[in-house]
Amino acid sequence: MGMTITEKIIASHSGEDHVRPGQLVTAKIDVALGSDPTAPLAIEQFYRSGAKRVYDPDKVVMVPDHFAPNKDIISAEKCKMLRDFSREQGLKYHFEIGEMGVQHVLLPEQGLVVPGDLAIGADSHTCTYGALGAFATGVGSTDLAAVMISGELWFKVPSTMKFVYKGRLPKWIGGKDLILHTIGRIGVSGAIYRAMEFSGEAINELPMDGRFTMANMAVEAGAKNGIFAVDEKTRQYVNGRAKREFQVFASDPDADYAEVLEFDVAGLEPQVAFPHLPSNSRGVSEAKDIRIDQVFIGSCTNGRIGDLREAATVLKGKKRDPRLRLIIIPGTPQVWRQAMAEGLFDIFADAGAAISTPTCGPCLGGHMGILADGEKAVATSNRNFKGRMGHPKSEVYLAGPAVAAASAVLGKIAGPKELGL
Amino acid sequence: MSQYQGRIWKFGDNVDTDAILPAMYLNRTDPDELAARCFESFNPEFCGQAKNGDLIVAGQNFGCGSSREHAPIAIKAKGVSIVIAASFARIFFRNAFNVGLAVLESPEAARCAQNGDVLSVDLDAGQIRNESRRESYSFDPIPENMRCILEDGGLIPHIVSTMKSKRQ
Repeated sequence: MGMTITEKIIASHSGEDHVRPGQLVTAKIDVALGSDPTAPLAIEQFYRSGAKRVYDPDKVVMVPDHFAPNKDIISAEKCKMLRDFSREQGLKYHFEIGEMGVQHVLLPEQGLVVPGDLAIGADSHTCTYGALGAFATGVGSTDLAAVMISGELWFKVPSTMKFVYKGRLPKWIGGKDLILHTIGRIGVSGAIYRAMEFSGEAINELPMDGRFTMANMAVEAGAKNGIFAVDEKTRQYVNGRAKREFQVFASDPDADYAEVLEFDVAGLEPQVAFPHLPSNSRGVSEAKDIRIDQVFIGSCTNGRIGDLREAATVLKGKKRDPRLRLIIIPGTPQVWRQAMAEGLFDIFADAGAAISTPTCGPCLGGHMGILADGEKAVATSNRNFKGRMGHPKSEVYLAGPAVAAASAVLGKIAGPKELGL
Repeated sequence: MSQYQGRIWKFGDNVDTDAILPAMYLNRTDPDELAARCFESFNPEFCGQAKNGDLIVAGQNFGCGSSREHAPIAIKAKGVSIVIAASFARIFFRNAFNVGLAVLESPEAARCAQNGDVLSVDLDAGQIRNESRRESYSFDPIPENMRCILEDGGLIPHIVSTMKSKRQ
C-alpha cells in the first residue's frame, strides 16, 4: 500500500519506512514557532522542567505579532519575555517590529519553512505551511516547550481526506472562496483529526497566495493539517527564499484515502461565511442588504501581496462608504513595501482606508479595530466566532479580498459584480 | 484521581476557545486570573457560579479554534474536575492532558445529560453514571501513558518526575 504526502513526511521524520493512519510516532521537528500569546506559557514550562538550552537555536523561531506593536503594558511585558528568551538562547530568528510580520505570512516568505518540513507552532494556523508541501500543525504551549527541550514530539498519524477541485476558476474566485465553500460542505468538524489534501485542475491554476489561504483554514474544518503537492508554482516561490535544502514528497498513486470529495468550481460565486461559524458559507448574492460598520483586509489568511492587489483592483478610483471604517494591514514588511512600490497604498488611501504596520491585531479582537456592541464587519480573516473581533454582540462575516473591498465601497455585503467588475 | 462526582454544566456543539477564554486575556498567564474570565461573556452564569468539583458536559468539537492553552488552564483553575464531550477539537484535547485537565469522549453521556444533573465518573472502570437520570454509559479507557500525565499534573511535571525516577 502506498502512502500520502502527509504520511511520507511523518515517516521520514520518525525513522520509519512506512506509517499508517492511527499509528503513534515520535518525530523530529524542523521548525518550532512561538508568538506573544502562547510562547510565554511555553517559556515558563521550559524553565519549570529544569531545561537550560533549546535543542537548536536555529530551529526555534519567535514572532511577537498578535499584540505587537505592544498594545498595553501587559503585552509589552510578554513581548519582552520573548525577546529576553531569544537573546539568552541565541535564537537566530526573532522578529521585532519593522521586520516582524504576521507569522504565517512571514515564515514562508523568509524561506524558514520549506517543502518536506515537519513544522509545529503554538498557533492553530501553523497549518498554513502545508501550501509548501510541508506537514505543519498547531499545538499548545506545553507541546512547544517539549519541542524546545527535546526537538521531538509525538503524533498520531492522521488519515487523509482528498479534495479534488474540477473546472477552471471563474473570475474573482480564489483560495478563500474554495475553502469557505469546502468547510460549508463538510462542517467545522468535517475533517477532525485528519489531513486535508487539496488537488485538481483548479488547484494547479491557483497561485501560491491562494494555496496559503486554503491550507490556513484547514483547522477551521477541524483538520490536523492541510497540504498541497509541490509543483512548478511552489518551486518558483521557494527558489531564492529557502534557507535550507529541501526534499519533495508526493502522494503515491495507490495511497489510501479515508474519503475523496469532488467539487466543480466552474459555477462557484464568491463566498461569505455568516456569523458565527466558518461553515456558514453561502454565495455572496444571498447576502441581502446587510449593512456593515467595518471592513478588515489582512491576517494570516489574506494578508499577502496577491490579496492586496485583488483588493486594489476593486477599490481603484472608488471611495469607501462614509459610514464604515476600512482597515488594511499588509502581512509583512516585505508585502507592505511591495504594495507601496506598486502604488496600492495610493489607491487605498484615496479610498479612505487606514493602512497599518503588520500585526494580527483586529482578527482576534486584539487591537487596531475592535467592534462595538451590535456592529457588523466583513473580514478576510479566518474565524467569525461570537465576539471574535470585539463585543460579544458584534458580528463577523468572512470573505476574500474582492468581496471585502466591494463591500467597503457599497457599505453592505456585496461582490465585485455589483460594481460592474 | 480516578473517580469524580459533581454537578454538570451543559454546553452545546462547537464551543470555541474564544468562548472559553476571549483573546483579550491571552496576554495573561496566571491560572486564577484566567479562571476568573472563563466563559465570561459566553456563559456568565458558569463564570460566576461554577465551583470546585463541577463537571462540563458538551456536544461535538469542544474546544475548536485557536491553540491557546489558556483555555484548558482556565477550566482547570476554575475547579472543573473533568470535561466530557461527544468529541474534542484535536489541539484542545492534547492541551488538556498536557496541563493536567481530564477529558474524555462519550457521545451517549453528552446526549442525555442536562444542565444541573449529577454525574459520577470512574476512570478505572470506564463507567459514567448520570445519578439524576439513573443511566450508565461505558467509555474506552484513557490510555495508560495519558493517565500517567494526568496523575503527575500535566506533561512537564510528568517529564520531570520521569527524569527523576530514571536517575534513582
